[in-house]
Amino acid sequence: MKVFLMFKNKNLDLESPLPSNSKDLIKDLELKTIFSAMALGNKEIYEITNKVVLNSLFDVETIKYRQEILKDCIKNPSVIKNIYDITVQTIEIKRTHHLGGVFSNYPSGILYSALQLMYLFVEMLKKIRDIIEQNEKNFESEGFKNLFKILKVEFSNEYFTVVRHHLKELEFKNGVLISAKLTDGNVPNNFILRKHPEKKENIVKRVFKKRAPSYTFYIDPRDESGSRVLSEIENKGVNLAANALAQSSEHIYSFFTNLRQELSFYIGCLNLYQNIINLGLHISFPEPVGSANSILSFQSLYDLSLALTVKSNIVSNDIFADGKDLLIITGANQGGKSTFLRSIGIAQILMQSGMFVPAVFFKSNICNGIFTHYRRREDIAMKSGKLDEELSRMSDIVDNIKPYSMILFNESFSSTNEREGSEIAKQIISALIEKKIKVLFVTHMYELAGWFYKKEIRNAMFLVAERLNDGRRTFKVIEGEPLQTSYGKDLYNKIFLQLR
Amino acid sequence: MGFESILFRDLNTYFINEDKIKEDNLEENEFFVDLNLDQIINSIIKDKQEEYNIKPFFYLPLNNIEDIYYRQEVMKDLENPKLYELITTFTEKMHSMRLHLHLVERLDYKYNKQGWFLEAVKDYCDAVLLISKNISLINLKSNGFLSFRKYIDNYVKSDYFISLKSRLDEIKKELLDLEYCIIIKGNRVRVQKYNYEINYSKEIEKTFEKFRQQQVKDYKFVYTTNTGMNHIEANIIDCVAKLFPDIFSKLDNFYNENYNFLDDKIKRFDCEIQFYIVYLDLIKKIRKMGLQFCYPEISDSKKEIYDIDGFDLALANKSFYENSKIVTNDFLLENKERIIIVSGPNQGGKTTFARTFGQIHYLASLGFPVPGSKAKLFLYDKIFTHFEKEESIKTLRGKLQDDLLRIQLILDKATPNSIVILNEIFTSTSLQDAIFLSKKILEKIIMLDLYCIWVTFIVELASYGSQTVSMVSTVSPENPEIRTFKIIRKEADGIAYAISIAKKYKLTKNFIDKRIKKE
Repeated sequence: MKVFLMFKNKNLDLESPLPSNSKDLIKDLELKTIFSAMALGNKEIYEITNKVVLNSLFDVETIKYRQEILKDCIKNPSVIKNIYDITVQTIEIKRTHHLGGVFSNYPSGILYSALQLMYLFVEMLKKIRDIIEQNEKNFESEGFKNLFKILKVEFSNEYFTVVRHHLKELEFKNGVLISAKLTDGNVPNNFILRKHPEKKENIVKRVFKKRAPSYTFYIDPRDESGSRVLSEIENKGVNLAANALAQSSEHIYSFFTNLRQELSFYIGCLNLYQNIINLGLHISFPEPVGSANSILSFQSLYDLSLALTVKSNIVSNDIFADGKDLLIITGANQGGKSTFLRSIGIAQILMQSGMFVPAVFFKSNICNGIFTHYRRREDIAMKSGKLDEELSRMSDIVDNIKPYSMILFNESFSSTNEREGSEIAKQIISALIEKKIKVLFVTHMYELAGWFYKKEIRNAMFLVAERLNDGRRTFKVIEGEPLQTSYGKDLYNKIFLQLR
Repeated sequence: MGFESILFRDLNTYFINEDKIKEDNLEENEFFVDLNLDQIINSIIKDKQEEYNIKPFFYLPLNNIEDIYYRQEVMKDLENPKLYELITTFTEKMHSMRLHLHLVERLDYKYNKQGWFLEAVKDYCDAVLLISKNISLINLKSNGFLSFRKYIDNYVKSDYFISLKSRLDEIKKELLDLEYCIIIKGNRVRVQKYNYEINYSKEIEKTFEKFRQQQVKDYKFVYTTNTGMNHIEANIIDCVAKLFPDIFSKLDNFYNENYNFLDDKIKRFDCEIQFYIVYLDLIKKIRKMGLQFCYPEISDSKKEIYDIDGFDLALANKSFYENSKIVTNDFLLENKERIIIVSGPNQGGKTTFARTFGQIHYLASLGFPVPGSKAKLFLYDKIFTHFEKEESIKTLRGKLQDDLLRIQLILDKATPNSIVILNEIFTSTSLQDAIFLSKKILEKIIMLDLYCIWVTFIVELASYGSQTVSMVSTVSPENPEIRTFKIIRKEADGIAYAISIAKKYKLTKNFIDKRIKKE
C-alpha cells in the first residue's frame, strides 16, 4: 500500500541527505523566499519542499509524472486540501491520545494499543474513501488514479468486521492457552498461543470423555514476582499476534504519514501557484529533455525570488541557447546580470523537482547537478585570503561535480587582479566545458570574456546587459559581443579626454 | 612415550623451569619493556588470559634447540588453515563447555542444573568427536600433533566415552521432543500434555498479512531465553516431570554417574594450544600489511646470524589500524662481526631497528616464527638492554653515574652467549666524555665476544675494528627531507635534517581533467 505521488515506484525519502552544494544554492538562488511562499508558515511543508526541490530529479519521466499530478491538484485544489487535512487530523489524534505512540514494552500492551489504533485508522480511511468516490472522475494523472484504486481495494467494509472479531477473541475469557517445550537447561520455552478447542460436542459426551491428566498449582496473591513471571509467559504467548497487529497498524500509519508528506509538497505548490496568480504573473510547465543534449531556451523567464520579494511584475528575458555549453554574461553592474543568472538557476531547479516555472516557455536539458560559485563579499574568515577562500570552494565543487551538470559563476575569481583571475577562470572553464558541464559565467573581466570570444568556439554564447543608445539600462540581457568594462573607459574618457 | 603436552617436548622441562621463571622475573625485567615485548604479549593474550592463563608460557624462553624446533613444527602444522579451523572450533566448544559447567555450579533448581550439565557434556563430546573425525584427514608433520592425534583416537574408542555419548543423545532427544500446555487463568496454572490445539498466532498473522509488506519495526519483544529458572518455571517443570516420569529419572541418573567426565590431557591441550593460536592470529593480521614471517634456523655457534626483511612487531601491530607503512630492514653478522653500531638522522628508525634485533631473538626462543623472510638466529642465554630514560629529576652527574652503574651490572652478568642492546647512552654527557666512555665500554664488549646492537650518535665507534659493523638510517636521495626508515650498512657521516612541505589547490586544467571523472 504505497502513496507514490512523488515517484512512480518509491516513497519520498526524507532521510536522504541534501546535496553538498545545497547551502550555496539556497543562498545564491534565494530559495528561502520561494520555500516560504510555498509553506505559508507551515514548518513541515517548508522542510519537505526544501528537501524535494534540492534533491533534484534526473529523469524526464518522473518530472512529467509529477507535472501531471500537479496539474490535477491545480484543477482540484479543495479535494486535495480535504484529503490532506484528514491525514493531518489522523496523525494529530494519534499523537494527542498517545495511541500506539507509546507502545508499551510488553506484547499484551502492544496488542491492546494496536487494536485501538486500528479503529482510528479505519474510520479515517473510510472518510478519505468517501471523498475519492465522489471526485475521482475529475482526476487524470496516473499517480492519483493508482492511489485511489489502492485505497478502494484495500479498505473494504469487511476489513472492519475482522478487526472487531479479533478484539473479542483476544480478551481471553477462558484463560490463555499456551503450548510450550523445553530448551537447553530444561527451561520452558517456545511458547505458542493456542486456540481453545471449540465446544461443539454435546454435554453428555463431554462429561464422559476422559479428561487428559493435568497438574495444577496456584500462585499466592502476594507473590509479586510469581505473577510477574506468569504474565511474562502470557506475553511470550501473545508475542507474535501482537507483533502482527502492531506492524499492520504501523504500516497503515506510515501510509498516512507518507500521504501527508507527499501531499505537503503539492499543497506547497498550490500555495505558490495562488501567490503568483495573485501577483498577476504567469507560469508554465517546462519541457525537460535528456541530459545528453545541450538545450536551454526560454521565453519571458523572470526571477521568481525577486518577484516574490518586490511583489510586482518584473523584467523577463528570452534566450535561445540550444547547443551552447558556455554562456558568458558581461556588462556593467546593476544591469540585471545577477537576476538573469538566478532566474535560470531557479527555473532549472524547479523544473527538476517536477514543478512549474516562472516563464511562458522553458525548455532545458536535465543536469546531473546544479552548482553555484558566487563571489562572497562579506563572510570571509580573516585567516584565509579571499582568493584562497574562492579556490577552496571551487575545489569542493570539483570534488562533487559530474559531467552534464550546470554551474553558475557570479563574479568569481575577481578577488585578485584581472589577469590572474582570468587565467584561473580560463583554466577552470575550459576544463569544465570539456566535461560537458554547462557553464554560465557572469563576469566583468573582459580579459576572460574576450579571450573566449576570440576563440570563436561553437558552443559558446555571449550575452550582455542591454543598454539603450542613450545609455539607459533596460535590465534585459541580450546576445552581444563582450564589451570592455565601460565604467573605467567612461571614466577615463570623461577625465582625460575632456581635459584634452 | 604417550602424549603429554603440545608445548613441551618433555614436560619436565616445564616443571624444572617453573622455578627459573620466578627467579628471572622476566615480567619485571627491563629488557621486556625496552623491546616492547610486553606490548606484543599483552595485546595478544588480553582476551584469553583470564580463561587460559597462558601468560607464564610467554615468560619462559627455551634454551634448547630441540625444544624450539618441537614448537616450530607444531606451529607449521597449525598454519595449515584446515587444522587451524579445526582447532579453533574445538576450543570454542570447550569454551562453551566451561561456561555450561560454571552455570551448573551456580544454579539452584535440580532439573535446571541437570539440563545445563547435559549441554556441557554435549559440548565436550562434540569437541572430542570433531577433532578425532577430522584430524585424521589432515597431513600432520609435527611430533606434537602426531602424538596428540594418536591419543585422541584411542580416547574416542574407549568404553567410557562411547557410553557417555550414547546415553547423552538418548536423554537429549527425549527431552527436546516433549511438548505440554500451560493454561493460565488468574492465579491458577494448569499443566497438561499438548493435544494438537490450533496455533492462534498464525491465524492472526494470516488475517493481517496484506498490511505487512514493507519493512517496518519489529514489535516482537525479544525474550532472552533465561539460563536460570525462577520458582514458577521450576513449578511448571516439576509438573512436566510428573507428566513424563521416565525421562526425568534417566536424566537424574546420568547426572549423578558422570560428574567427572573431563579428560586431563585434553583439558591441558585446550589450554596450551592457545599459546600458538594467539601468536598465529597476530601473524595473520600483520601479513595482511604485506609483511613476512619465517621460521628461523637456530644456531649455537657464532658463525653467522641474519634476518632479511625484519621489522618491529610491536610497531607493526600498533600501525595495523593506522594504515601506516612499515619499513623492513635486514641485518647480517658473519665471521668475526659481533657489534652493529647504528647512527644517522633522528627519527629515522634507529631505535626500532635495535628493538627488532632483540624482539626477533626473544620470539625465536619461544619457538615462534619471526618477522622476516629468512633468518638464522643465535641461541642466546640472556638479553640485556639499556635504553635512554627521560628522567629529568636527576642531575646530569647523577644520571651519568646511574648509566654507568647499569652498564656495569649488565657487563657483569653477561656471558659470551648473551645479547646486549644499548640505545643512546651518555647523551647528556660532554662529547669528549661520551666518546671516552663509549670506547671503554666497547672494548669490554669486544672482550666478551657477545652480540651487541648499539644505537649512538658517536660515529667514532662505527669504525672501531673488525668486530664492529656500521649501519646508518637513511634519507631519500631526491628529497633529503623525507626519511626512508631504511637502516643500511654504510659508513657513518652524522648529518641531521629538517623538513617542510607546501600544499596547493589542485585547480589547473590538468588537475581538473583528472579530478572530474567521466561517467
